[in-house]
Amino acid sequence: MAYDKFNILNSTAVPLSIENVDTDQIIPARFLKATERVGFGDNLFRDWRYKNDDTPKTDFVLNNDTFSGKILVGGKNFGSGSSREHAAWAIYDYGFRCVVSSFFADIFRNNCLNVGVLPVQVSPEFLEQIFSAIEANPQTSLTVDLSNQKITLDATGDNESFEINPYKKENMINGFDDIDYLINIKEDIRTFSKNTPL
Amino acid sequence: MKKTLFDKVWDKHVVQQIDQGPDVLFIDRHMVHEVTSPVAFLGLKNRNIKVMYPDRTFATADHNTPTINQHLPVQDPLSAKQLDALEKNANEHGISYWGLGHEKNGIVHVVGPEYGITVPGATIVCGDSHTSTHGAFGAIAFGIGTSEVEMVLSTQCILQPKPKKMRITINGVLQKGVTPKDVALFIISKLTTSGATGYFVEYAGDVFKNMTMEGRMTVCNLSIEMGARGGMIAPDEKTFHYIKDREFTPKGAEWDKAMDYWQELYSDDGAEFDKELFFEGNEIEPMITFGTNPGMGIGISKDIPTAEAIGGGAATYQKSLNYMGYNEGESMIGKDIDFVFIGSCTNGRIEDFRAFTEIVKGRKKADNVTAWLVPGSHKVEKAIKDEGLLDILEESGFELREPGCSACLAMNDDKVPKGKYAVSTSNRNFEGRQGPGSRTLLASPIMAAAAAITGKVTDPRTLIN
Repeated sequence: MAYDKFNILNSTAVPLSIENVDTDQIIPARFLKATERVGFGDNLFRDWRYKNDDTPKTDFVLNNDTFSGKILVGGKNFGSGSSREHAAWAIYDYGFRCVVSSFFADIFRNNCLNVGVLPVQVSPEFLEQIFSAIEANPQTSLTVDLSNQKITLDATGDNESFEINPYKKENMINGFDDIDYLINIKEDIRTFSKNTPL
Repeated sequence: MKKTLFDKVWDKHVVQQIDQGPDVLFIDRHMVHEVTSPVAFLGLKNRNIKVMYPDRTFATADHNTPTINQHLPVQDPLSAKQLDALEKNANEHGISYWGLGHEKNGIVHVVGPEYGITVPGATIVCGDSHTSTHGAFGAIAFGIGTSEVEMVLSTQCILQPKPKKMRITINGVLQKGVTPKDVALFIISKLTTSGATGYFVEYAGDVFKNMTMEGRMTVCNLSIEMGARGGMIAPDEKTFHYIKDREFTPKGAEWDKAMDYWQELYSDDGAEFDKELFFEGNEIEPMITFGTNPGMGIGISKDIPTAEAIGGGAATYQKSLNYMGYNEGESMIGKDIDFVFIGSCTNGRIEDFRAFTEIVKGRKKADNVTAWLVPGSHKVEKAIKDEGLLDILEESGFELREPGCSACLAMNDDKVPKGKYAVSTSNRNFEGRQGPGSRTLLASPIMAAAAAITGKVTDPRTLIN
């Protein structure tokens, strides 16, 4: 599915300094019943964000007006558990374009890259620095430069480079998806399939 | 060149290597269910393309389905819509569809092996992280997202960077009362939920060699819970015996040809792994979890560890214990419970029900416990009845429900209420996994049985005759 191209993102950020945030928290299973990709942002972090009676939990960061922006900063091992791509959809649909953490679960990272959310893995030290900077000043802005693979705390200029597969990087910069690529080599796939052992 | 089991299977399926990019990996078998497929089918519709190889694609309904009164229309309109969408999509694209009420219906990772869709040396994917289950047969099997489901439907391929390789070897003999589930929970407790992230795991050693195929499935199923994309075990005579003559396995000359390939599927002596871990089988105890991820597990005789002993984020650890209503240093034995759930793609097979029944036989279910016994498929359900297990279970005060994922993820009505404790044979104890506010203790079928009988957390070894 098409998504907005990603090049340079400059934004304030929302801090979620919890570790092992699993995709069941990002979007609980009972909200996976849609047959179209619409409205998932409303249920992002549903059970952390709302009480049973659907009123907001005021102590949760998404309900705190002090913090906003297109970057979500999470604790280590972000996105573990279920393969549900709905988690990445919910993050995108809510308005985030980038998730920063010191460690990502595999499938979640893949899913993000496939739907236009950039996962940026930084060192545990830099992650702590980002959390502290945002806590000290919620207006702290970050610049995520995909072309140069660099994330910078704007106020101090402190920065770190991050890894991304060159193929995936090109895709994100251009808004391409893998399916276009695969459809273009369908004849090769057909030929290959004739010689598969199973 | 010396190759690992994983390399042998992976390399056979690479259509193309993208320069500095991922591999284009051919997928032999694609399993589809109602929750992660509708948006993928919509993508095909928008591109005006058909499923490339419908005969490599299999659809079953499991995540959303009710586990009582399956002959009646599904009450939840959203679930019903999703199930309808899968049926329509399957029919439109000529895919086998085993919907609600179909004799082959069941949990995708239970029915795959039952009907021989799962074979050694295959690449198998599904929009579900527990696809790792099929690695028990020496297949490369892993969960994918919906965009990738769309890729496989439209081109039978996905783009994947080749993961690193880890081997986990456990030799020795398991103690009485220690099941494959305990072996898996033990490994995860050692590695944490991210310890194998970026790796594909091979399980080796006596403990896995001596396991039944169903036991191997339980272990491989839980590979994702240590962060691994998948886990696999080299096929052996037990594997070949299990799959022979199942509906979708090769027959006659095709079988012989496949066997030539399958018999080469093992890690060569001296093949290199990026990481190797070794444990001793006799060190493993019956396991139970006390926290909100599958890595937070302990041997039943141990106390809940301190944050200090665990290392890492103390705040996250405390949040987890608060959610569970537990404290550091407490014993799990004797903790109150309210629900028992046996089922899921982890422990919803016939051997699991046999083990559960063996413990409850001649005893009565505790009054304070609500028990949900949910077979993984109709085939399992039928075996429970045919083998006389149902009579024993009913005598002990249990009822059997109809197949589905059920309370493992509580997408249907099988929800554990807020604040209540469930001993579950499923795979995840995340916050709210079994219903908003629910608290899950992951354990083996016999630990679940012991809890169901005594009404509290109990060392199952005390009930083994």
